[in-house]
Amino acid sequence: MGRYLLRRTFVLALSLIAAGLVLFVLLRLLPGDPAAALLSVGADEAQIAAARAQVGSDQPIWVQLGMFLSDLARFDLGKSFVSGTPVLPEIAARLSVTLPLTVASFLLAVAIAVPLGIISALRADRWYGALLSAVSQLGIAVPVFWIGVLLIWLVAVKWRMLPASGFPMKGWQDFPGAFRALILPVLTISLVMSASLMRYVRSATLDVLGADYLRNARALGASFPRALIRHGIRNGAVPVISILGIELASTLLGAVVVERVFALPGLGSMLLLGIQQRDYPTVQGVLLVSTLLVLLIGFVADVVQRLIDPRLRETVAGR
Amino acid sequence: MNTKRLSVHIFGLASAALLSAGAALAADPAAVIRVGSLYEPQNLDNTAGAGQGINEAFNDNVYEALFRLNDDGSVTPALAEKHEVSEDGLTHSFTLKPGVTFHSGEPLTATDVKYSIERVTAETSKSSRKKSLSTIESIDTPDDKTVVIKLKSKSISLPYNLSYVWVVNDAAGDITAKEDGTGPYKLADWKRGSALSLEAFDGYWGDKPANSGAIFSYFTEAAALNNALLTDAVDVITSVQSPDALAQFEDASAFKISEGKSTTKQIMAYNDRVAPFDNVKVRKALARAVDKKKLLEAIWGDRGMVLGSFVPPTDAWYEDLTSVDAYDPESAKALLAEAGFPEGFTFTLETPNYDPHPITAEFLKAELAKIGVTVNIHVITANEWYTKVYQAKDFQATLQEHVNHRDVVFYGNPDFYWGYNNPKVTELVAAAEASDTEAQQADKLREANRIITEDAASNWLFLYPQIVVSNTATTGYPLNGLNAQFFLRGIAKE
Repeated sequence: MGRYLLRRTFVLALSLIAAGLVLFVLLRLLPGDPAAALLSVGADEAQIAAARAQVGSDQPIWVQLGMFLSDLARFDLGKSFVSGTPVLPEIAARLSVTLPLTVASFLLAVAIAVPLGIISALRADRWYGALLSAVSQLGIAVPVFWIGVLLIWLVAVKWRMLPASGFPMKGWQDFPGAFRALILPVLTISLVMSASLMRYVRSATLDVLGADYLRNARALGASFPRALIRHGIRNGAVPVISILGIELASTLLGAVVVERVFALPGLGSMLLLGIQQRDYPTVQGVLLVSTLLVLLIGFVADVVQRLIDPRLRETVAGR
Repeated sequence: MNTKRLSVHIFGLASAALLSAGAALAADPAAVIRVGSLYEPQNLDNTAGAGQGINEAFNDNVYEALFRLNDDGSVTPALAEKHEVSEDGLTHSFTLKPGVTFHSGEPLTATDVKYSIERVTAETSKSSRKKSLSTIESIDTPDDKTVVIKLKSKSISLPYNLSYVWVVNDAAGDITAKEDGTGPYKLADWKRGSALSLEAFDGYWGDKPANSGAIFSYFTEAAALNNALLTDAVDVITSVQSPDALAQFEDASAFKISEGKSTTKQIMAYNDRVAPFDNVKVRKALARAVDKKKLLEAIWGDRGMVLGSFVPPTDAWYEDLTSVDAYDPESAKALLAEAGFPEGFTFTLETPNYDPHPITAEFLKAELAKIGVTVNIHVITANEWYTKVYQAKDFQATLQEHVNHRDVVFYGNPDFYWGYNNPKVTELVAAAEASDTEAQQADKLREANRIITEDAASNWLFLYPQIVVSNTATTGYPLNGLNAQFFLRGIAKE
């Protein structure tokens, strides 16, 4: 297991560097000039030249790459071209919204999807099993922003129970305010996410129910719940954890839509603005940090799977 | 002695309270005005590419200037108490108001003003006003209260141009994340991506504001902005982006909708350097082929106004020129034939990817097809527009919204992106700037604008309405919002 962890960490670092390089090149292939974000109609040639010198877009691309890499080696993500403030503290501030949003949505979605998924598999022949299955199918078809808009209209505008949008200025220091601000966004994401998760849990459960080892356990005298808990959940969990990892990663990235609908100052809105303004340091910083987070999630999912399933441990660590 | 002074004070306080109570009945002086806006400043320095949001939040609220551009378009002294001009019009002396202090507590002196003007004209400045101040030759400060500006050539709009120059404490240093102005409010807090709050400054030299502060909340989505007002999370929203949104605020007992005059002009600018747009007849034909009234209705319903030229009604040299190339598809066709295009032609229209440009582009495409002209719509981002169209001038025609006030002078610059080059206009624009009186300036610019309009230099489509919506408890906000300014001091809340 130790060797596996070491190898896995090395792969993670390598992926991060590769992602950084791809990001750097792709950004500069886009048409447009970051200097334009600093200027307005009426600027003259000298002002344009000064702005280009300030953001470094007048330098050849390999010089820019060199500066980017040397900064990165010092864990410095640079300063925003547009605001002039360092990118890293800004990302940290934005993560204080995006991370709680993502994690809470994920946990809530799991809490909804796992029991309902198991029930709909166990009771597939009953009317409520079929209903659950149908509702989850519908949930997959509905876009996340539509749920957001609907919840805002109903809960915030009609009933005035929760704020329609925004996040308190003092952030988590105003805990009740921050908590209330995240309720609707979390509901929005978790409703949509639990729909698809439920289907994975349902099919994993159905696979387990038809498996030989479960029949054997029953034949050896274990009661059905005992057989399911002892053998079923452990086996069924392995594919579900892969899916959970992917879902968590896509929630983190997909939060951008929900952040926009709810006017939350999260990582996604920072990224969108950065792209519009060709603010390379901001875009690079946000994407690098979110790449790192996604890679970490994959890492954790892999490790957890190996803890649960000894067969996976042997195949990889044995080599 | 003590008792006597005390009684005088009490009397003073009582009468002051009476006066303000009479001025705004039931207004709460402790109220904090909550403003919703789509224009978050990128930083706090108006010479460092902060965008229009910083003018909205800071102009005349946090920073004052020697002069103030009022909501009706007039310019009046602010920090300048006296303004004297020499015989030859080249030397301007300004005497500063006494008793003015910065938020940091330091007194305002002439060196602060010199420093502030030089900030805008500095090499690193991104201010769009830099060019208009290039006529300044030197700035002297003979004493603490006097600033003497020497010009290379006469400049009637110097006070107007100075209204864009924030007076900043010369010891403030970098102001991209903090401020040190003289305005009635100081910065309390700023959270990027979310909100900015201001609180009344106790040491302000002028009258106390009608409120105790303001919070600007920033939104990226118009729907979220509207919801904030609907759910009472803000008191007033500074710009409504579409008429559809107004239906939500129809309940007159809860909301007030006001329509002021904006300076935002939707235009189709041709590249007048390249064929076929170097031909006046082609440009006039395209102007006559577009039913601007129908276009405006499609986008803004019954709000806004159709433009006949580039000059909006808040400029002193405005006149109604909609009859010059009025809608007339038949004469448009005839003009095209005269110009040598009886079968029409094809051109590419660079279209910014945000509203209302794509809708306008589709409308123009349909209208121009009727006179045989084919439009290829090419959608670009704002950033691409700036590099491709504005800088490289690599385009045939483009849509753009021009937001500036008094910007018809752009047509006097042959190097401007649209490449309109008429020496007579260039001369008139220069002569207007060298005028002795504002009336003379207005006459010259009016004359220039008539020529520009006769030349159909661009296709001026419509003027956006400036719509502000608030709850009924909030009053006293500016209606026109010139230069994106949003004066807070007069806003009262019951």
